[in-house]
Amino acid sequence: MALDEAARKLSAIPLFANLEPSRLKLLAFTSDRLSFADGEEVCHQGDPADSAYFLESGAVDIVIGEGEERIKVAELHAGDLFGEMALFLHSGRSATVIAHGDLTVMKIDGDMFLKIVTENPEAALGVMKALSEKIVATSEKVAAARKG
Amino acid sequence: MESNIFRYIWRFSKRQQLVLLVVTLFSFPFLYYTLDLPKVIVNEAIGGRDFPKNLFGIELGQISYLLSLCGLFLLLVLINGGFKLWINIYRGVMGERMLRRLRFILIDRVLRFPLRQFRKISQGELIAMIISEVEPLGGYIGEAVSLPIFQGGTLLTILVFIMIQDPFLGLAAIALYPVQMVLIPKLQIRVNQLAKQRVRTARRLSDRIGEAVSGIQEIHVNDTSAFELANISRWLGRIFDIRYELYKRKYFIKFLNNFIAQLTPFFFYSLGGVLVINQKLSFGALVAVIAAYKDLSPPWKELLRHYQTAMDAKIKYEQLIDQFQVEDLLPKELQKNPPATMPVIEGDFEAAHVTVEDDSGFPTLDGVTVKIPLRGSTAVLGASDSGREDLMRLIVRLINASKGLVRLGGHNLETLHEAVIGRYTAYVDHSAYVFNGTIADNLLYGLKHHPVRSADYDDEARIAHEHFRAEARLAGNTTDDIADDWVEYSALGFADKASASAHIHDILRLVELEEDIHEFGLQARLDPNRQPATADKLLLARKKLSAVLQQPECRQLVEPFDRKKYNNNLSVGENIVMGRPLDGDTDFATICNHDHMRAVLEKNGMTRWFVETGLKVADTMVELFADLPPGHEFFDRYSFIEAADLPDFQAIIRKAESAGIDELEDEEKTRLQALTFMLIPARHRLDFVTDGIRNKLLRCRESFAADLPGSLRKIIAFYDRDHYNPAASVRDNILFGKVEHGRANAREKIGQIIRKVISDLGLHEVITELGYDQQVGVAGSRLSPVLRQKLCLARALVKQPRLLVLINPLSSLDPDTQDRMARRILERFSDQALIWVINRPALAMHFSYVLVMKDGRVVESGSPPELLKKGQLFHDMVPEQS
Repeated sequence: MALDEAARKLSAIPLFANLEPSRLKLLAFTSDRLSFADGEEVCHQGDPADSAYFLESGAVDIVIGEGEERIKVAELHAGDLFGEMALFLHSGRSATVIAHGDLTVMKIDGDMFLKIVTENPEAALGVMKALSEKIVATSEKVAAARKG
Repeated sequence: MESNIFRYIWRFSKRQQLVLLVVTLFSFPFLYYTLDLPKVIVNEAIGGRDFPKNLFGIELGQISYLLSLCGLFLLLVLINGGFKLWINIYRGVMGERMLRRLRFILIDRVLRFPLRQFRKISQGELIAMIISEVEPLGGYIGEAVSLPIFQGGTLLTILVFIMIQDPFLGLAAIALYPVQMVLIPKLQIRVNQLAKQRVRTARRLSDRIGEAVSGIQEIHVNDTSAFELANISRWLGRIFDIRYELYKRKYFIKFLNNFIAQLTPFFFYSLGGVLVINQKLSFGALVAVIAAYKDLSPPWKELLRHYQTAMDAKIKYEQLIDQFQVEDLLPKELQKNPPATMPVIEGDFEAAHVTVEDDSGFPTLDGVTVKIPLRGSTAVLGASDSGREDLMRLIVRLINASKGLVRLGGHNLETLHEAVIGRYTAYVDHSAYVFNGTIADNLLYGLKHHPVRSADYDDEARIAHEHFRAEARLAGNTTDDIADDWVEYSALGFADKASASAHIHDILRLVELEEDIHEFGLQARLDPNRQPATADKLLLARKKLSAVLQQPECRQLVEPFDRKKYNNNLSVGENIVMGRPLDGDTDFATICNHDHMRAVLEKNGMTRWFVETGLKVADTMVELFADLPPGHEFFDRYSFIEAADLPDFQAIIRKAESAGIDELEDEEKTRLQALTFMLIPARHRLDFVTDGIRNKLLRCRESFAADLPGSLRKIIAFYDRDHYNPAASVRDNILFGKVEHGRANAREKIGQIIRKVISDLGLHEVITELGYDQQVGVAGSRLSPVLRQKLCLARALVKQPRLLVLINPLSSLDPDTQDRMARRILERFSDQALIWVINRPALAMHFSYVLVMKDGRVVESGSPPELLKKGQLFHDMVPEQS
């Protein structure tokens, strides 16, 4: 069943690793499954953030800046989660996300996302772990940049 | 207003009361003969001799004499009954008319109350007074004159009858009346006081209930429901205590009356018995008198009851009108019968040494002397306690000056008819009210001064309407018909609605309301029978849109309705029906539950699939939602099953697992099937609808439509590419399909395409006008605060006032929009007069004249450049760069 499949995919994300399968299914059930064509914007830098995205298939480019100053900073692939940081921080989108080829995302409603994550102690651990990993990764990047 | 209910009755129902009186008097001879005839029948017909006897000149034998008299008796009974019937109905009608008149008078006064009165008296109290307190007065008014006459007359008739039989026993029968007549009024005094208290307390209770309703948000967010309930309980308790006391006293009076009434027979039996035994009185006479006394007692009781009712009504009336006797009531002649020619208002608004005081006597305007030109724009600046708002209210006469003289365009403002002010000026402040009704009702509200064109009635309705008018006249109500066309387009210089339409659209664009109303129009339903031309145009729009959607970049945005194809963006139920219920009362589930639908599923071998799939859906819902607390918002937002029903479905699932699906009751199967009907394959990630199933569902669709019973045919409008669907919204009719759930931004893109198609076909204004019929809810509650403010401003602008007075009418809007709109309004009103209280001094530079207020006085006035030079306060307020 599609819902089982979606829940299985979500469970691979560290943030959700500790969540019960029924919670992941609920997340999948209450999310919109959206398809984007190549080059379409999934979200735009500076826009208010009301949802997180899980990339089910395809790839996206993460870019910063506008017009000529636009630079691509990363590329994400199927199985990646993005847009959740702005939800935690209640801030606008920190980057623009553009479809790299046709793709399908699971658009997780922001309130829903925060509710599931905060209502489940297991998820909180996952959040901490995911954030720690991001800090480590950033620190390593900074360290590498200094050396370089 | 009459200070006393008896005067009110006499003034407005004198003639009717007299008619009633005369008819009542006429009825007495018949009553007397009804009493007398039985005696004649017994003594002369049954026990008589010397037949034949003469009756009205005819010689009759004993039997025919008896039967003739009995026939006469029957006739008299009928005549008496007829009199009673007529009198009762006449009384009732008269009472109701007087009640209607009283309510009308009270409401008419409310509409003339000075504004500060509404701070003293709450909405709840007013409603309680006008609706419920007045109610019992109607009954009393009907019987005020006729009942005492009728019952008193009856009493007298019977008394005369008894007296003729035996004067001594007659006197005995009424011997105790004086006792009652002295005692009861004394006891009644305390009852009256209690009744007064009850009225006052009930009013306070309505006030509290009104407060609780108005302050419901505060009660929730402060968790004060217990406190409020305690408060209500206290008032309920007081009413109870008063009532309890009242009951005790009322029933004591009743007890006393009954006792005294029974005391008289006691004398009859004892004294009368002794007289009979001593052969001083005939046995027959005693029996007749005792029987007559039985008849004597009801009218006497009625008279006593009437006395109590009269006292009660007197108090209620006094307490009622006490609240409506208000000083400074707007004189009637300034609100009714507008002058035939409107006075010319030109020049300035002038106030000379004007003082306005609030309830506590504090002057909000303190000897203001000011002249404001009635041409060009005037900005009024000042702190919120500077008196700026009261000055504005003074200009449109919402309040009056307690001292000083106020003139508008050369006329004493206090003596101007409301028709002059209401047509010449418009006023909007931050608390402007939106009436429950449609957008159009509100937009055109400022043009409804009096009926301009009579409503069309067919013969039957005309008779009913004439009856309404005649009754309204009899009750002193207005005979103006609310069904007439009240909108005075001619006041704007337009012949009719059609020619005023451009003006209204213009205003809507000015206040940036047009897009919102257009959106309402897209959501509205259109009746193609009433607007066939528009429906045809919308069908054309459907065709055009469909052509646009064929283009490659749009192809995936919409899944069109096609009777031959399964639509993944519709629910399973909608796929079978391929239509919508016509009337708003029928919901879709009713159609899915119909016997015809069952037959269709059965015929196509789908019943079992529906149950099985429903079971799977239920299973999934239980898994997803079971451990959420009931009332969790996810149930409302996402679940197929309400929290309360979840345990039922858990039980059904268990039963199906253990005993098999065939063992389920019919009702359980139906509940499962209902879930399947709601499935939308493209939206819910529940892939139960396979290609094979889709084909079968298509066959169901065919057989559902094929032999549709008449009862369903009447309530379903099918999707048909060549016909307008009256059950679907305008947007859905143009779209003729469902926006793909899974296409990113499909909704926005489609919105743009639809907008383009609509404007290409010149349909924009037509659809906007459909949006005029959108209901706004109580106090405009269905609109956002921003829309409400825009609507109020639009209402003021639509009537093209010569003088527009505004107090921060756009406070809910963001600063940029406020600026944009302010400039547009200034531009539009460059030839008329605009007086505007603004919060941001920088805006004042765009006005031709500026007033600066402080502490209830105008401290600076002049053109902005002048004031920048000489005005200290204004200079300090306006930022340097301006």
